[in-house]
Amino acid sequence: MAEPLLQANHVAKHFGGVKALRDVSLRIGEGEIYGLIGPNGAGKTTFFNCLTGLYIPDGGGFVFAGQPLLADAPHQAAERGIARTFQNIRLFGNMTALENVMVGRHVRTCGGVWGAILQNSATRSEEAAIERRAIDLLHYVRIEERADDLAKNLSYGDQRRLEIARALATDPKLLCLDEPAAGMNHTETAELRELIDGIRRDGTTVLLIEHDVKLVMGLCDRVAVLDYGALVIEDVPAVVQKDQRVIEAYLGA
Amino acid sequence: MSKWLNPRSAFGLTLIIVALLALPFVAALGGQAWVRILNFAILYVFLALGLNIVVGFAGLLDLGYIAFYAVGAYTYALLASPHFGLHWPFWVILPCGAAIACFFGVILGSPTLKLRGDYLAIVTLGFGEIVRIFMNNLNAPINITNGAQGITLIDPVAIGDLRFSTTTHILGVSLSGPQKYYYLLLALAILVIVINLRLQNSRIGRAWQAIREDEIAAKAVGINTRNLKLLAFAMGASFGGVAGGVFSAMQGFVSPESFSLIESIMILAMVVLGGMGHIPGVILGAVLLSILPEALRYGVGPIQMAVFGKMLVDPESLRMLIFGLALVLVMRFKPAGLWPSPERKRAAPAAGASHG
Repeated sequence: MAEPLLQANHVAKHFGGVKALRDVSLRIGEGEIYGLIGPNGAGKTTFFNCLTGLYIPDGGGFVFAGQPLLADAPHQAAERGIARTFQNIRLFGNMTALENVMVGRHVRTCGGVWGAILQNSATRSEEAAIERRAIDLLHYVRIEERADDLAKNLSYGDQRRLEIARALATDPKLLCLDEPAAGMNHTETAELRELIDGIRRDGTTVLLIEHDVKLVMGLCDRVAVLDYGALVIEDVPAVVQKDQRVIEAYLGA
Repeated sequence: MSKWLNPRSAFGLTLIIVALLALPFVAALGGQAWVRILNFAILYVFLALGLNIVVGFAGLLDLGYIAFYAVGAYTYALLASPHFGLHWPFWVILPCGAAIACFFGVILGSPTLKLRGDYLAIVTLGFGEIVRIFMNNLNAPINITNGAQGITLIDPVAIGDLRFSTTTHILGVSLSGPQKYYYLLLALAILVIVINLRLQNSRIGRAWQAIREDEIAAKAVGINTRNLKLLAFAMGASFGGVAGGVFSAMQGFVSPESFSLIESIMILAMVVLGGMGHIPGVILGAVLLSILPEALRYGVGPIQMAVFGKMLVDPESLRMLIFGLALVLVMRFKPAGLWPSPERKRAAPAAGASHG
């Protein structure tokens, strides 16, 4: 494998006596779709939260695109090119779908207070570019019809798509999706699979937490399995599926 | 922006401008007291829109907003009165007041960054009281604020020879002091409305709204929530500072009494009752809540005399009773405010092109 996009080195996190992550080391290559699976409470979301700066790891750290990732401020993770969605969707409910995606452009734009007040030409053209890009992204995830609806009024599936569009608006190198298929039916899951595949084809590496084993095994290039906060195995799906420890811990006999 | 060019809007806008320009003359028919009431209504519009940045846009419940108003008022009072023998012109002092209030906004903002909701409200409430108590006690060992007596003989606003404290005659029209302040306040209010509108639909405004809606998600998309919250506090505070300066000049007198907790609550009530985060709603809230108690002051007594032939209830207590009842009724029947942000509906397909 070439230089990995993301290296997790011995990441550890505990909450009181509970060891949510113990010495987890992963390598995610550029352009991969990388699956992270495990039973409930295995530490998948904790891993996401450490990676995106919401938690500060108690040990170890991350190297992203060749540079260590400082774990102290979430907004820096987005700046470096790590975007995420949330297991329990977190949209800006009272803003429109379009505005939600426009907020995602915040980190790649620079308009300040004076620009906004004076409405100079630089601000106006940046604003227009933000809106164009946001509309394009709504097309990309196929919810352009809902652009002017408040995010809270969107259907569940559309909210998931909107969250992905908002994350993509930050121009991420790595997109982290936390159970995007949760609560979706077969058709929606199939569409989601197509969408994720498309995102990878367009050059963004994807890190996917998912419970839907069929989706993970069919979509991911490599899969890591967590159990009780520790890494069980990291390999291609075909190998992972046959691993005795994984079958016991997660897949079931 | 093309909507401003359509003739119906243009006509409506002209009508509003003419009405606003004529208003102080209409009000003067009922006496200069009514012009002063109008002036305070506009001053409250200004204050409420400043607070709207903090509460309505960024969602930070600030119960100590009046502190910044006090800072602005005292800045003006100290720099333009015989108290220190300084008589700076108002266009120097107003920016100074804004800057000092802004500084206090950051001072207040920084320790509260991790607080939300109730906790933030309590801390800001405390800060508001601290400022008032300081004003009350900063007369010893060095007399800075003159304590509870307040500062008197504050210079009125003056532009060249045009002094705002006296009546002047321009082109055969007699313009009283309060009427002149009306136009000054109106200009400032229009400025703050434009700033609010422009901020709302800007990168910064959207980031504030994102923080209001979900702070964790806002961080995850790369918004520096610490800096943006401080910016909201600082901007809101600067508007408070400017309003305080004008208040000082208009009254000619400031004392700590004018900056009590009830004032903070009134301004917050204007924002909430009008429709938090919705600029026309906030303006409506500020106008209604500042004029209604005054209208009741003049109305309650005569109406009682007309209906019952005698004073049954002390007009002053009845006035606040009705006022309180009105607030409760609004919150009961219009919980999102009198004029909340419209729930935007999907525009007709033909109108979809307006995004270009």
